[in-house]
Amino acid sequence: MPFTQEHHDFRRLVREFVENEINPRVPEWERQEWIPLHEVLADMAKLGLLGLEYDPVYGGQGADHLFTLILAEELGRADHGSIGMAVGVVTDMATPSLHRYGSHELKERYLAPVLRGEQVCSIAVTEPDAGSDVASIRTRAVRDGDEWVISGSKMYITNSLQADWLCVLARTSDEGGYAGMSQIIVPTDTPGFTVSRQLDKLGMRASDTGLLEFDEVRVPVSNTIGAVGRGFQQQMSQFVIERMWAAYSTAAACQRALERTRDYLRERIVFGKPLLDHQYVQFKLAELAAEVDVLRQYNLAVAERHDAGEDVTRMATIAKLKAGRLHREVADWVLQFHGGIGYMEETWTSRFLRDGRLTSIGAGADEVMLQVLARIDGYTA
Amino acid sequence: MQVVVCVKQIPDPSGTYTLDPETHFLVRPDEQVLDDTDRYGVEMGLQIAQAHGGSVTLVSMGPKGSMQGIRQALAMGADRAVVVDDADLKGSDALTTAQVLAAAIQRTGFDLVITGTESTDGYSGVVPQMLAELLDVPALTYATEVEARDGKVTINRQTSAGYDVVEASLPAVVSVTAGVVEPRYPTFKGIMDAKKKEVEELTASDLGVDTSLRQRVTAVEPAPEREAGVKIEDDGEAHLKVVELLQQKKVI
Ligand SMILES: Cc1cc2nc3c(=O)[nH]c(=O)nc-3n(C[C@H](O)[C@H](O)[C@H](O)COP(=O)(O)OP(=O)(O)OC[C@H]3O[C@@H](n4cnc5c(N)ncnc54)[C@H](O)[C@@H]3O)c2cc1C
Ligand SMILES: Cc1cc2nc3c(=O)[nH]c(=O)nc-3n(C[C@H](O)[C@H](O)[C@H](O)COP(=O)(O)OP(=O)(O)OC[C@H]3O[C@@H](n4cnc5c(N)ncnc54)[C@H](O)[C@@H]3O)c2cc1C
Repeated sequence: MPFTQEHHDFRRLVREFVENEINPRVPEWERQEWIPLHEVLADMAKLGLLGLEYDPVYGGQGADHLFTLILAEELGRADHGSIGMAVGVVTDMATPSLHRYGSHELKERYLAPVLRGEQVCSIAVTEPDAGSDVASIRTRAVRDGDEWVISGSKMYITNSLQADWLCVLARTSDEGGYAGMSQIIVPTDTPGFTVSRQLDKLGMRASDTGLLEFDEVRVPVSNTIGAVGRGFQQQMSQFVIERMWAAYSTAAACQRALERTRDYLRERIVFGKPLLDHQYVQFKLAELAAEVDVLRQYNLAVAERHDAGEDVTRMATIAKLKAGRLHREVADWVLQFHGGIGYMEETWTSRFLRDGRLTSIGAGADEVMLQVLARIDGYTA
Repeated sequence: MQVVVCVKQIPDPSGTYTLDPETHFLVRPDEQVLDDTDRYGVEMGLQIAQAHGGSVTLVSMGPKGSMQGIRQALAMGADRAVVVDDADLKGSDALTTAQVLAAAIQRTGFDLVITGTESTDGYSGVVPQMLAELLDVPALTYATEVEARDGKVTINRQTSAGYDVVEASLPAVVSVTAGVVEPRYPTFKGIMDAKKKEVEELTASDLGVDTSLRQRVTAVEPAPEREAGVKIEDDGEAHLKVVELLQQKKVI
């Protein structure tokens, strides 16, 4: 058992925070299609929930990775998917490269305010014509003295309507393919940057998603995270962290969905007895619960190996693939067993189905996970 | 200012409670939580100690279990804890509880003792008053607001009509109502620091308290099932029947 009492106490803290401070506000956030992230992150920062594994010099907590697993799981249990994604983007998708490869000055300037809960950030990789194939991105940063001049567009960028800065992946040379890309921090108040559209989505409706335009946006070359030209490789390791987050929160979300469904079916009488008395329902739910448990244990293994400093690319890829598929299956069954009321907007099951559908697409689609796996495991000609 | 806050660990109220069929004692699992009503006392204690300089010591009696509830209060910021756990204290009544707590508080030293109004599991609501008597200090109860400074404590005491302002010299015992202050969440740092804080474990004999039981729970009956409601069909005169019913029940 790798969890200490501090881990349990931390879980209780996050669970209470979600139940008291997040869930009561979810209906309003869903209605207005907006989470006031500056406010929520400031509250979380006060409790020390941001930058768990980051260096205390920048306001991090210096904690082990299991605390991150717990944070992702407990946010995953919230009444909607958007909050877990929005916070995950800030703590585990847009900042890991900065923390790992960024200069001290860059971290003081951009990481520290995020960990204090004062700034919101986004990760901007995907483009209108380049999603799964990251190597085909076209956003360019051309060097002019001490500045990058960035032009291009980025698509489906989470938190971008309220972000203070973006971690942008751009081409910084003509080498093509995996070479010649860099990760650059772009403050959103830089002239030439615009959010051209807030995107309307199937799910994750409280999370803001933008289409972004860069028209000769000038930022200092010192805003480059790590080495110029290593952006692709750095982003690939950042994606590993992102996939772990997605897998952790999805497993916990599924577990809660099964618990809530069980409680409802115990009360719902059909053919003279509770639905939960029907063997077909029992077996289906028991089997799904077993699969969720397998995923949670696998997640735990990923977390421990990662904490021990091992490269977990393969395991994180498997976890994310399994999580996306399992969520789709669980969401479908819990809605099915709720019947008509499950299809109603007022019931949590419909939002659960919509929100979770993203897991098989975001952070690399299932098929991209399979492509990565096939390559690692040698199932390629 | 030396503030002592009495806190009780109780079985998680969101779970199910079971009573031992023979002794009628509550079966206490290893994992207990901080009684929610005691969070207000802890918060009040922390605010007073932080405003005027001082420390907060927790005093608790009961099976210590995994000490989860105690750690919760330490993670909020209390400085140290004294826990009295003794098999002989199993089934203690309110007076024994108060005697044990009073002895532990005497030993620790205090300017101000803060308690809840009544606990969530036992809710006899008499421990604070007994404590004050045993410590031979004033009891200020049902506080909805507390000020403590310059050797005095002033509270707003909740009454059915509103509130009374009550003042006493320190040392004193104050029982606070839920809502007196907004309890803080523990922080990550608070959780990590909690394990480094001093927790003193004592037994009844360390305190020289007589543990012989004076009270026995002779029987426990389940609460009566709620009776079905009365349905009034509206034939145009239903409002009169509703009024009559409310008058019968002395609601209006
Ligand atoms: C709500 C939301 C939030 C997002 N947030 C962000 C963000 O914050 N930052 C960011 O950079 N991106 C973000 N994305 C983008 C996301 O990462 C991409 O949508 C995803 O990587 C897929 O890229 P694409 O949409 O261009 O699909 P495409 O690349 O066009 O792929 C379409 C489909 O083709 C299939 N496919 C892909 N590759 C293969 C293959 N090799 N073999 C067989 N089939 C394949 C998959 O089923 C895939 O879904 C977000 C997306 C959404 C919907
Ligand atoms: C089934 C059952 C039946 C019982 N019947 C009786 C009975 O008939 N008569 C009787 O006197 N007792 C009875 N007890 C014991 C009782 O529950 C308590 O242990 C004791 O009486 C005082 O606790 P309280 O929770 O009622 O105190 P309250 O007076 O309701 O508590 C007020 C405040 O005092 C403080 N406090 C109380 N207990 C502690 C503690 N252990 N450690 C630290 N602070 C504390 C807290 O700040 C609390 O908020 C019974 C217990 C059980 C389980």
